[in-house]
Amino acid sequence: MADRPGGAGGSNKPALALHVPEPKYRPGDTADFSHIAIPPAGAQPKPDEAVEPKEISALAYDLIRVLGEDDRAHGPWDPKLDADTLRTMLRNMALVRAFDERMFRGQRQGKTSFYMKCTGEEATSVAAAMALASDDMVFPSYRQQGVLITRGYPLIEMINQIYSNKGDKLKGRQLPIMYSSREHSFFSISGNLATQNPQAVGWAMASAIKGDSRIAATWVGEGSTAEGDFHSACLFATVYNAPVILNVINNQWAISSFSGFAGSERTTFAARALGYGLAGLRVDGNDALAVYASQRWAANRARANAGPTLIEYFTYRAEGHSTSDDPSGYRSAQEREEWPLGDPINRLKKHLIALGEWDEDRQSAMDVECAELVKAATKEAEKNGILGHGMHHPFRTMFQDVYEELPWHLEEQAAQARREREIKWPGVEPWT
Amino acid sequence: MSTQVSEASDAVVGTERRLNMIEAINEALDVMLERDPDVIVMGEDVGYFGGVFRCTAGLQEKHGKTRVFDTPISECGIIGVAVGMGAYGLRPVPEIQFADYIYPGLDQLISEAARLRYRSACEYIAPMTVRSPFGGGIFGGQTHSQSPEAIFTHVAGLKTVIPSTPYDAKGLLISCIEDNDPVIFFEPKRIYNGPFSGFYDKPAEPWKRFDASVVPEGHYKIPLGKARTVTEGEQLTILAYGTMVHVTEAVCKAKGVEAHILDLRTLMPLDIEAIEASVEKTGRCLIVHEATRTSGFGAELSALVTERCFYHLEAPVERVTGFDTPYPHSLEWAYFPGPVRIGEAIDKILKD
Repeated sequence: MADRPGGAGGSNKPALALHVPEPKYRPGDTADFSHIAIPPAGAQPKPDEAVEPKEISALAYDLIRVLGEDDRAHGPWDPKLDADTLRTMLRNMALVRAFDERMFRGQRQGKTSFYMKCTGEEATSVAAAMALASDDMVFPSYRQQGVLITRGYPLIEMINQIYSNKGDKLKGRQLPIMYSSREHSFFSISGNLATQNPQAVGWAMASAIKGDSRIAATWVGEGSTAEGDFHSACLFATVYNAPVILNVINNQWAISSFSGFAGSERTTFAARALGYGLAGLRVDGNDALAVYASQRWAANRARANAGPTLIEYFTYRAEGHSTSDDPSGYRSAQEREEWPLGDPINRLKKHLIALGEWDEDRQSAMDVECAELVKAATKEAEKNGILGHGMHHPFRTMFQDVYEELPWHLEEQAAQARREREIKWPGVEPWT
Repeated sequence: MSTQVSEASDAVVGTERRLNMIEAINEALDVMLERDPDVIVMGEDVGYFGGVFRCTAGLQEKHGKTRVFDTPISECGIIGVAVGMGAYGLRPVPEIQFADYIYPGLDQLISEAARLRYRSACEYIAPMTVRSPFGGGIFGGQTHSQSPEAIFTHVAGLKTVIPSTPYDAKGLLISCIEDNDPVIFFEPKRIYNGPFSGFYDKPAEPWKRFDASVVPEGHYKIPLGKARTVTEGEQLTILAYGTMVHVTEAVCKAKGVEAHILDLRTLMPLDIEAIEASVEKTGRCLIVHEATRTSGFGAELSALVTERCFYHLEAPVERVTGFDTPYPHSLEWAYFPGPVRIGEAIDKILKD
């Protein structure tokens, strides 16, 4: 056994010191992101989709970008989408933002208990969903409402769920925004972080076992990559060559913890792929064209049995974590303005204008139209009730679907709930 | 040993084929892999090698590598991918090598599998059966002996099933695999090869000497939620499952006590009717399990019997359990709830 260098006593080595990561800017600080390396748009090579992961290791440390400072699309990752598709992409993102704005207000007005915006991250769900087939299965976290909206899920159904009213398809059982829509190949959202990652891999394995052609995609925040489930997902994905895309949304913040607590100080999240033998891409998450192109590349790769892909979308969480959070307590208010990758909606808008396919007036009209659409859906949903106003699902539904059939002990507890209801709210609402 | 096999009316006991519990479990998996192309068997060492207890021997060769396969050593991964496979429409049967190692998969079981049907209002379900060897009596020490059933019976949305004979093991496992709810199927590894009397100094007897090892070929089911009457008796009711069914039976025989022994078989959902009927008849109830005592499943049973049969009880409900310590290695037979502890409890109940 070796002695410790320097030995006991008389050592001139410094005492060991624990490193606790600290974000660069706290409330009141002037934010300056000039230390973040932003490579020029179009500078990143686009490999063949069947490439061996180790051959593209540089892309895990780079930043794939298409939209340049000149608002033009550049380089091999330009997906060359037609103007109609670009306008649809822009509108989907605008609708998501309008929806978030109104639902946030709804929470402040007491119509529901909780909401979470995805402001600034709209491209990472909208453009990604547009690059997938509509029946590719998605396993989202709670900040991919853009997938549902892109897939045409009715806004009124989303609002019914947020209000937990009698129209809520999930019968008021789930916290607001924990949507589920099998019809839209959108997996039930769980509050437990990263659990959806291995589930997506399992779904993809099942698709491969059955010789299907559908693939799975899953999303996780950079903070949640610290969970063991993320490791399991990467490992199972690579071991079984599962047709799955693992999207990491690096929005810099996990509630109040900056990404350093998930390991960002010394490496990228895309670089995690390398150790597993996964293809890893690091992409400008505020560049809708780069998001689309990278998701399409990974989807093609998965569909061709060439293997899974891990994509880090580098973006910024522009708003608070949720309606229960106030980011002014832990980060500089200037960060959002100083964020070097800008705003995904604004960047795509300017691109369309530069192409001569869009203008500010049409943008304004579209914003008004989106706001009106959301307003109308909200009014319609409110006819089904808002949280706490009594228009919820019948009490007995609380006991259903725990199991396929009601066991005796739940029958007994349901009878108790029924007695309580009759005492507390006589004649208010039928039990059955 | 008077194991009754009358519940499965569709069972054809034509030939006198006798299997041990490992062979019965293997056959249940084989039958279901054959019958249902959506059944998938996976876990650590279950594929080519056939499982560390041989429960999956030969299945990969017969059904192919995409139906029966080895996995990385990752319990949260095994159960997590099984949830995803269930969402796709498969019927996975993952194995956790020892129940002691199921804990890394608990988040996926408790937060996901158990709640998926409820939280999605039936859009997605988790029709999976997690098989896992459990229980002590094999000098397995702290991490090859545990009985964690109470962790799972406490979770709304999970079913928990524990067989005690080869015949039951096959019929119950087939029912679990066909069930659309997630099931934890604990296999008492002490009785894989033969029933255990609890008299550890006597030689173990193989299953083939017992009628409960007569296992029909092909498909048959034993309904979940139904207990099995092991012995009829008027003096007291004994509620047990797994290995302890055989231990309590041997103790009663040795003491000349006529107990109504119920093998619960399914802990959730529980056969409350059989329990009530028996305790109302005998007026006395002993609960026996290997798991540690405090907040163990016996506490739930004791509370239920006390609440529902109070006016029929002639003595306090007693529990014989493992002690509230980690499972020890060298002191196994001091820890195991064996004949002396059970005998004392029976004497105490019958004295009142």
